[in-house]
Amino acid sequence: MNLVARVVGILALGLTVIPAALFAAGKLGEEPMKTAMIVGVVLWFAAAPLWLKGGE
Amino acid sequence: MADTTSAAASGANPSNEYEREPVPEHARKGPSSFWGMYAGEHTAGTEFMLGPLFIAWGASARDVILGLLLGNILAVLTWRYLTAPIATDVRLTLYAKLEKICGRQLVSLYNVANGVLFCFLAGAMVTVSATAVGVPFPSVRMPTFSDTMPTGVTWCVIVVILGLVQTVVAIRGYGFVARIGHLAAPWMFLVFVACGLTTLPKLQSLDLNAIWTGVPLDGGRPIGFLGIMLFAWLCNAAMHLGMSDMSIFRYARRPSAGWAASAGMFLGHYIAWICASLLFALERQLHGDAASNAPGPMVFSAVGWAGLVCVVIAGWTTANPTIYRAGLAFQGVMPSMSRTTGTLIAGLVATVAGLFPAFAMKLLDFVGIYGTVLAPVGAIIVVDHYFARRLGLTPNWAERTGSGFNLAPLLAWVVPVGVFFYIYKVHGVFASYMTVPVWLACGLLYVVFSKTLIRHPGASA
Repeated sequence: MNLVARVVGILALGLTVIPAALFAAGKLGEEPMKTAMIVGVVLWFAAAPLWLKGGE
Repeated sequence: MADTTSAAASGANPSNEYEREPVPEHARKGPSSFWGMYAGEHTAGTEFMLGPLFIAWGASARDVILGLLLGNILAVLTWRYLTAPIATDVRLTLYAKLEKICGRQLVSLYNVANGVLFCFLAGAMVTVSATAVGVPFPSVRMPTFSDTMPTGVTWCVIVVILGLVQTVVAIRGYGFVARIGHLAAPWMFLVFVACGLTTLPKLQSLDLNAIWTGVPLDGGRPIGFLGIMLFAWLCNAAMHLGMSDMSIFRYARRPSAGWAASAGMFLGHYIAWICASLLFALERQLHGDAASNAPGPMVFSAVGWAGLVCVVIAGWTTANPTIYRAGLAFQGVMPSMSRTTGTLIAGLVATVAGLFPAFAMKLLDFVGIYGTVLAPVGAIIVVDHYFARRLGLTPNWAERTGSGFNLAPLLAWVVPVGVFFYIYKVHGVFASYMTVPVWLACGLLYVVFSKTLIRHPGASA
């Protein structure tokens, strides 16, 4: 479970910053970039509680 | 900065662990515990406000890039070579150490100052969150740099609802929000980076001098290299020079854990500030003098709904523990008052402060005042720790004499801070310029007043 959470968490972080980098490089449109980022939010807050258990 | 979490962790420390005794060997932690904590705590809601303020205050590209670099290096060195060594020697919270030197009554006074400043900082963060919540409501007029008063009825309604919700959560204990803040930290930093990246292709020019023009919005004097450098160094003066982070580093095995502060400084106070600055640079290029630095609309324009979520969480996770700890600080002054009442008072003050954009828009000033008022007590601890015996003073005077009140540190603190407020109000000097002089004056006056005003056990009458 923790491995899945870690993979999803890394994917979420990637969806947060890679689309922005692609947009900056002119390789991705603004709307797909924003959509990918909000997907990143959902995935991050689903995975992070399982991945980063030391948050209490 | 300016996240008060680390400061607050010491101020009126909510933890029940080793509050009045040195941290024992088995409870100490390795350096990795501190790196993540500092990275998270210094990438917060305040960063959205501070980056744009550098442009508003007329910082040039050189001021920002080199001034922030040097200032952040000085901040890290201060944590590493001043705060961490004393913390790992003494292994007490700031409050426990101050009580040994000054007595309980003076610690209560420090609590009041801390609590009031916390409330205003929390208010600024309620304002930040409100700019994000207000984005879907076209009737909300977002505040600009020139706004000091509430911008309308809808604005007030949003701020009051946010402030009350945050107060209720703080009353119930801030564990949930602290956990959200911990979980959000890595993602939040990347949202800052994404904001910077998405702004780059939209800027009319990537010439750094077109981004940081060096021309203040109000036509006054630019902040300059020295101002930026001192601000970066001293925006957390209460935590390092002021020894508030003794409460953090008392858990460190070695003083070298102080290097962990570099994670917060270079991720939060360098990269995040520059990214937030870029957001406002774009606003300026698009809207000229009508540009608003309200974080919500700027971030929404840059990265959409993910940015709004980030602004709300950043503001909330900064404001909430601050309200909680301000409540504890007030409770510390009046122990008969319940924590609920103390937190409610703090939350209401923060909510009222949040109605007025002045606190958020003047954050550079406020943070400078915050550091200059609270940091000087750290000089008293430095004198007590390193120089007291050599100078013939009694270390931990209040504890040794059984006194609840030590006049020497009170005067040593109040006199230079009083002079600071006079110079600040009358001559309009930038607050961060005076933090170090006030700190030094406090340390020197503590020696003078300790020699002349109080009796030392064992000394001849």
